[in-house]
Amino acid sequence: MSPHRKLKPDSLNPDTPSSPQEKLKFLVFSLAVLAAPWPLAGGYLTNVLIFVGINSMLALGLNLLLGYAGQISLGQAAFFGLGAYGSGVLTTRFAMNPWLAMAVVAVSVAAFAFAVGFPVLRLKGHYLAMATLGVGVIAHIAFNETVDLTGGPSGLSGIPNLAVGSFQFDSDLKNYYLVWGFALVAVLLSLNLVDSRVGRALRAIHDSEVAARVMGVNARLLKVQVFALSALLSALAGSLYCHVMTFISPTSFSFHVSIELLTMVVIGGLGSVYGSILGALLLTLLPEMLRAFQDFDIVFYGLLLISMTIYLPGGLVRGIPALFRRLWPVRRSHA
Amino acid sequence: MEFFNQITQYAISGLSTGAIYALIGLSFAIIFNSTGIINFAQGEFVMLGGVLAIVSITALHLPMPAAVAVAVVGTTAVGLAFERLAIRPLKNATPLSLIIVTIGASILIRGLVMLIWGKDTKALPPFSGDTPIEVAGATILPQHLWIFAVTLLVIVASRLFFHHTITGKAMRACSFNRRAASLVGIGVGRMVLLSFLISSALGALAGVIIAPLTMTAYDVGVMLGLKGFCAAIMGGMGSGFGTVLGGLILGVLESLGAGLISSGYKDAIAFFILLLILFVRPQGLFKKGETDRV
Amino acid sequence: MNKLLTTTVVSFALTCLSTVALAAAPIKIGGLFAVTGPASFLGEPERNSAQMVVDEINKAGGVKGRLLELISYDTGGDASKAVQLANKLTKNDHVVAVVGPSTTGDAMAVIPIFEKAGVPLVSCAAGIKITDPVKKWVFKTAQNDSLAVARIYEQLKKEKKNKIALLTVSDAFGSSGREQLKGQASHYGIEIVTDETYAPKDTDMTAQLTKIRGSQAQAVICWGTNPGPAVVARNAKQLGLTLPLYMSHGVSSKKFIELAGDAAEGVRLPSGKVLVAELLPKSDRQKAALLAYIRDYKNHFKAEGDHFGGHAWDAVMLVKNAIEKGGDTPAGIRSQLEATRGFAGIGGVFNFSAIDHAGLTKDAFVLVEVKNKNWTLVK
Repeated sequence: MSPHRKLKPDSLNPDTPSSPQEKLKFLVFSLAVLAAPWPLAGGYLTNVLIFVGINSMLALGLNLLLGYAGQISLGQAAFFGLGAYGSGVLTTRFAMNPWLAMAVVAVSVAAFAFAVGFPVLRLKGHYLAMATLGVGVIAHIAFNETVDLTGGPSGLSGIPNLAVGSFQFDSDLKNYYLVWGFALVAVLLSLNLVDSRVGRALRAIHDSEVAARVMGVNARLLKVQVFALSALLSALAGSLYCHVMTFISPTSFSFHVSIELLTMVVIGGLGSVYGSILGALLLTLLPEMLRAFQDFDIVFYGLLLISMTIYLPGGLVRGIPALFRRLWPVRRSHA
Repeated sequence: MEFFNQITQYAISGLSTGAIYALIGLSFAIIFNSTGIINFAQGEFVMLGGVLAIVSITALHLPMPAAVAVAVVGTTAVGLAFERLAIRPLKNATPLSLIIVTIGASILIRGLVMLIWGKDTKALPPFSGDTPIEVAGATILPQHLWIFAVTLLVIVASRLFFHHTITGKAMRACSFNRRAASLVGIGVGRMVLLSFLISSALGALAGVIIAPLTMTAYDVGVMLGLKGFCAAIMGGMGSGFGTVLGGLILGVLESLGAGLISSGYKDAIAFFILLLILFVRPQGLFKKGETDRV
Repeated sequence: MNKLLTTTVVSFALTCLSTVALAAAPIKIGGLFAVTGPASFLGEPERNSAQMVVDEINKAGGVKGRLLELISYDTGGDASKAVQLANKLTKNDHVVAVVGPSTTGDAMAVIPIFEKAGVPLVSCAAGIKITDPVKKWVFKTAQNDSLAVARIYEQLKKEKKNKIALLTVSDAFGSSGREQLKGQASHYGIEIVTDETYAPKDTDMTAQLTKIRGSQAQAVICWGTNPGPAVVARNAKQLGLTLPLYMSHGVSSKKFIELAGDAAEGVRLPSGKVLVAELLPKSDRQKAALLAYIRDYKNHFKAEGDHFGGHAWDAVMLVKNAIEKGGDTPAGIRSQLEATRGFAGIGGVFNFSAIDHAGLTKDAFVLVEVKNKNWTLVK
């Protein structure tokens, strides 16, 4: 955030798809995603993995903004919610085609973020955190209060599943491939973006905005564009979420969700595309793994967050290989 | 006349809620100023203060002053442990990793309080009864006077401490420039610890004096922390008068918003005005602009 | 000798049979409760009550000789989590019926899963949407908010008060109440002169009450769950507001009186009968169940059993009765649930049918008033 305390994620782990090694990485990742439901044999974990996919898109959106452009946002839940409610309201109240609604909503949310981005991204550090948080709180209140449209706190039900012709995405397995199809495209696009001229410019802003400006980068416009892109990804995730759930209520888009996303990105690995996925995977599965501790799960959750930040400062994506390299199996059990 | 009375009531209600935000905002600002950390567990200190005071009274049957002391000392001990066990071990801390650590700590503290003392909301008896006092057609409770008095006391004390004692000046020096401060022989690590101690004690104090009015439970910290953060930001993250004004303005905005416009949107109104303030004055209401060094 | 031998053989055979029956796999019932999070005031007593009933049933020999097993999960009041856990219950745990969830939001989110899986769900959440329209596999035990509203409005009509002010919390509970309060007002000839809300974590409602004080209202109705209404009662006292204050069944526990202190005096609210079980006439059909529930809860948890825990008690008992009559298949349980008539539980006397899966009338509620830190029946 501030220039003398920056993170340098790129030098540690550049995700560059142009190298053959990176192409292989993406291929392996895609295959793993495609194959994942088979060993689960229709159990409920397929359903959990759908949410991992949705959270991955959200985390990816935030990571582009935070990890690459160095701009914090505590209001991502607003865009997620706008996506979900946009699709939900258009398809239930106005009987719009879900795919059309998804496109309309994604574009409008991105445009909204673009407009809001200009004043908001002028701010820095904790002021930026506060402003984005404010946007999130206002959106949450709006979902609650516009009862005629959104159903208010009791929620909006009867949202249709997505469909292509007569093929309905109405089972966990179908929804899994639907959501991860979107997520994989998002990953591929992000990898390409990061490797492009734009990506380099973003990293320049992250390192020093003034220096980037001097080099002829239109820092302000670029930041706002990334903000809009991250909103676009979040809105798409929201649309998918509402069609998978077929019911939405404002609690799913509160301040806590924004905080959880931030945690996913930092725990997974700032400035790493795969790190976002890893963070989403871990934090979505964590409650499942901690269920054995029953009421103590919240305490373990807190302890894990603290110890992972202390012992894996670069996030999972860098921490795990580093730990393997240095052969610290003892430390690893701590994390 | 009725309308005038209503406005006074809104204003007075707003000021008393605002004083609470101001106190919490001050405790935010103290840590931020000497460490650059936005402590997301600040609200948890406030909660802990209230809960500990109530537990001391109901379970240990202590008199009120002793309960207040237990609450403040207990919370300060937690603040100390927090700094030692979570903040200090962070090597090469970035602002973001600090945020995540404090989020983790807030979840942890909340979880422990929930496990130990349960999820029920608890009430603390008021310090000096609950006979309403009339002020210019509006009414307030004796507890509100306590809140105003403590806020005032804290402002004066922090002014004296930060401007007129060696330690206070050293802490301010850390906030201006850490490296320079350590070059002139200030133990930066000790100052960080000290700021956590003061801030958790202050948070606990806020928690204790508001508990008779607002009641408390393991999960009240998040919202209070958020409002306190808001107050501190409005005041430009200073540890003095700005933050207090920020808190008061926030409280009055909420109250007027609820009374005159719409109670459902009152928080949205307050945050919207906060956004406008930030857009017009990105460095907070009461701070002079700074230029970043390159 | 022969006779003795016969007796021995028969009793031996019986013992074997019953051992076999008891050794048979337990019947698995699922539970979804918001034990943590903002709705824990619902989820915790519900989980406790459900576990308690299952334990008591097992202690008494189970259902038709088979034990019940309750597999309960905490949704945290989070709809996405509720959906994942509902999937877990139906797909991995293979439960025959599920009690819960605690909140209307969770319930609405998981209903499609149970409809698709063909597993009966007995919801403990109150939202009217849960069983209206009727869904094949979904029942509920919590009383509709509309019944509570009707109770209050009847009383106001009797006292010829026709201008009221609303102060509702902006969460699912409050907004559902507000919808009903607004919807039924004209039917009772009542006019809503101010309609205010507050946020669930708000700590000061004097602004809203000041506005209400300046209006024409003759009574205030506050719809929320602890601690909000306790703050409202205290703020009303601070402002010297003399209007009668009505609350919802959301605060029908001793906790409210404890939190609001002196300010609770005179507050009226519609409540399930569990609050005033002792005061009910002997002829009341629910009285036996109510007293048993209160006694058991006190034994198990050293705390007062409340209205909300009662929803889970009713749900488990309904499922148990259905298993007794219709066997342990989801379809059998469902059809027996639908055939339930005259079951006197904690929430009321349930009569389910193909067109009514909520099963209660407004007799499920009584109007109570706080007097001398205790509940009294309003006649």
